[in-house]
Amino acid sequence: MSLQSPLGRVLGRGSAKSGVSHWWAQRVSAVALVPLTLWFVWQLAGLAGGVDGYSYDAVRAWVASGLTPVLLVLLVLALTYHSALGVQVVLEDYVHGKGLKVASLLASTFAHLLLAAAGVYAVLRIAFTTGSV
Amino acid sequence: MRPRPLSPHLGVYRFMYTMATSIAHRITGVVLSVGLVVLVAWLLAAASGTEAYASTAALLSSGLVKVLLAGWLLAFCYHLCNGLRHLGWDLGRGLEKPEARRSAAWVVVGTLVLFAVLVWLLLLRAGGTVGGAA
Repeated sequence: MSLQSPLGRVLGRGSAKSGVSHWWAQRVSAVALVPLTLWFVWQLAGLAGGVDGYSYDAVRAWVASGLTPVLLVLLVLALTYHSALGVQVVLEDYVHGKGLKVASLLASTFAHLLLAAAGVYAVLRIAFTTGSV
Repeated sequence: MRPRPLSPHLGVYRFMYTMATSIAHRITGVVLSVGLVVLVAWLLAAASGTEAYASTAALLSSGLVKVLLAGWLLAFCYHLCNGLRHLGWDLGRGLEKPEARRSAAWVVVGTLVLFAVLVWLLLLRAGGTVGGAA
């Protein structure tokens, strides 16, 4: 049984809105990002410490090596998802005015989807076009 | 309808540094979201050939952008440390006020240590070739 009024449910109003799913997804992506981001900076440190630094060839060879592309795709997806959820809450809290709020939320959603698609595309393109090492 | 009074009434509270750590989590989060654009741009440049990468690398190696990169690194360190603190709270740990104040201090210490290590490992060691070919 729902304690929300029918009107409140239709409008998506009330303190819980969609329940705990948003809150939970934010935590799940946060937990995933702890090892993924630490892995990423560890890998960057390896690149920076290499003789070629962040050179074009060194970066591509790294992106294409072993399980790196898989983990990079996961990183990009987890980052964009976590970021989309976080920015959404910030916009909901601070952007007032119905039109502006909806417009900014839409813009954020689309921008994050674009970032996710572009990031995954870039990683896969490097992985598939770098000579097998 | 007249505008209704809404919480939080921030002005009625005596300032505690835990309040600063709270809003800083949001601020660093938004900062990192902007940094995500740079990360994806860097990957796209590496996927688009030597010329695209060279121009992106030159941009990333410029003085101002280097400062920005360091800023993003600092935001990352803070958001990670304070995020772990939040996850601890979600497990129901450290919610008492003295504990929350102590963990806030530890977040600051952890952030600065991690930041110092990462700036050295990622930015300084690469010898002026941030994101770029020598």
